[in-house]
Amino acid sequence: MCGAKRMSPLERFLDTFLNPRVIGKYWPDILDGLIVTLELAIAVVVTGILVGLALACLRAVGIRAANIAIVCFADILRSLPPLVLILLIYFGFPNIGIVLSGPMVVYVVLSLVLAAFAEEIFWAGITSVDKGQWEAARSTGLGFAQTLGYVVLPQAVRLTLPPLANRAIAITKMTALGTVIGVPEILYQATTAQSFSGNASPLTLGALAYLALFLPFVVLARWLETRFAWRKA
Amino acid sequence: MNQILDQFLNFQVMGAAFPTLMAGLLTTAEICVVVILLGLAGGLGVALGSLHSSRWVRWPSIVLVDFFRAIPPLVLLIFVYSGLPFAGIRLSPFAAVVIAFLLNNSAYYGEVYRAGILSIGKGQFEAARSTGLTRAQTMLYVVLPQAVRNVLPDLLSNTVEVVKLTSLASVVSLGELLYAADMARSVTYNASPVVMAAAVYLVILWPLVRLVSRFERRLSL
Repeated sequence: MCGAKRMSPLERFLDTFLNPRVIGKYWPDILDGLIVTLELAIAVVVTGILVGLALACLRAVGIRAANIAIVCFADILRSLPPLVLILLIYFGFPNIGIVLSGPMVVYVVLSLVLAAFAEEIFWAGITSVDKGQWEAARSTGLGFAQTLGYVVLPQAVRLTLPPLANRAIAITKMTALGTVIGVPEILYQATTAQSFSGNASPLTLGALAYLALFLPFVVLARWLETRFAWRKA
Repeated sequence: MNQILDQFLNFQVMGAAFPTLMAGLLTTAEICVVVILLGLAGGLGVALGSLHSSRWVRWPSIVLVDFFRAIPPLVLLIFVYSGLPFAGIRLSPFAAVVIAFLLNNSAYYGEVYRAGILSIGKGQFEAARSTGLTRAQTMLYVVLPQAVRNVLPDLLSNTVEVVKLTSLASVVSLGELLYAADMARSVTYNASPVVMAAAVYLVILWPLVRLVSRFERRLSL
């Protein structure tokens, strides 16, 4: 847009951040990105939570060596910034013959990170269930797995829902990091469109796409928090 | 096996990259100090806002928090760094990082403080007010000290997240730890500098992560 006529500050702002022509041209790209982000997010949440739950259950079995390995896994993945792992795997692994696509790298890294956090949250939930519950259930003749599955986990999961929801949102938002390694998700599409169009409107559109995707879950997590308070006073 | 060691634990490459990485670590430390302090202060403001008696303060605060919890921090950073120049606002990478993370962290710290303040019984407010303390004094001397103590593990765990978040600054070419490591990697065609950066993050953050887990276990008992 050339500045043939003088624009008021508001017009200039709208022209820069909400330009109808640019939005009309690039919204299909952002929509493509939204679908990629959505697919990655679903895959990460499902894998991360299931792996985390499995690790927490394995930890409840109480094999010393396994527990040390689980704690180390959870600690390391909670300590490292995900972007470090993404760069390491995407750029480092091809040199030793392991080539993973960009989306695959993001999926693997974020799933592992979510699994680490989910394991800790589930474990905190499991340990918060009173010991008497275990003993009572076992004494009625239930096996270990039955006690865990039918007695302990249903009570533990209720406590874990709010922190788990918040953590899952925070980690799935990190799919935006995929843009650094060229994964065609929302942010990548938005920055590409921004540099082609020379206008910031695609970024606004991208931000709106994230809001559309995540805001319902943020509100849901807030509701869960008031519904199941994590710690009773 | 040798190839793996050569690619990921090449001490020669690590030695050469060491000074650059330490300079990067210093920048990371600078970002952390600024961003954590501003986030703690901003979060307190947001928390007080979201618990304000007037709904004209309360609702905007809550909407703002949810907005920034729904937007990925990298999107915010790129918007501030490469979107605002279109409106004539050109910021240095450092300023962009500070502004973007201030917005993001205030929302997250705010939620932590809020939970802490809500965990204090109403009786505390009433007792303090009836001794003649003003509302501000009650908050400052009675409620906040207890509230902060109650949510100390969450504050710490959020701070760990903030330190990890500073690695995003590499995307806007701010020369922090990860940026330095990735530069060294692209120059040497060897991933060892990134492994070294990972080790540095691990050395700094693992003890804190352990501490958080410990805290949480003690509180749940």
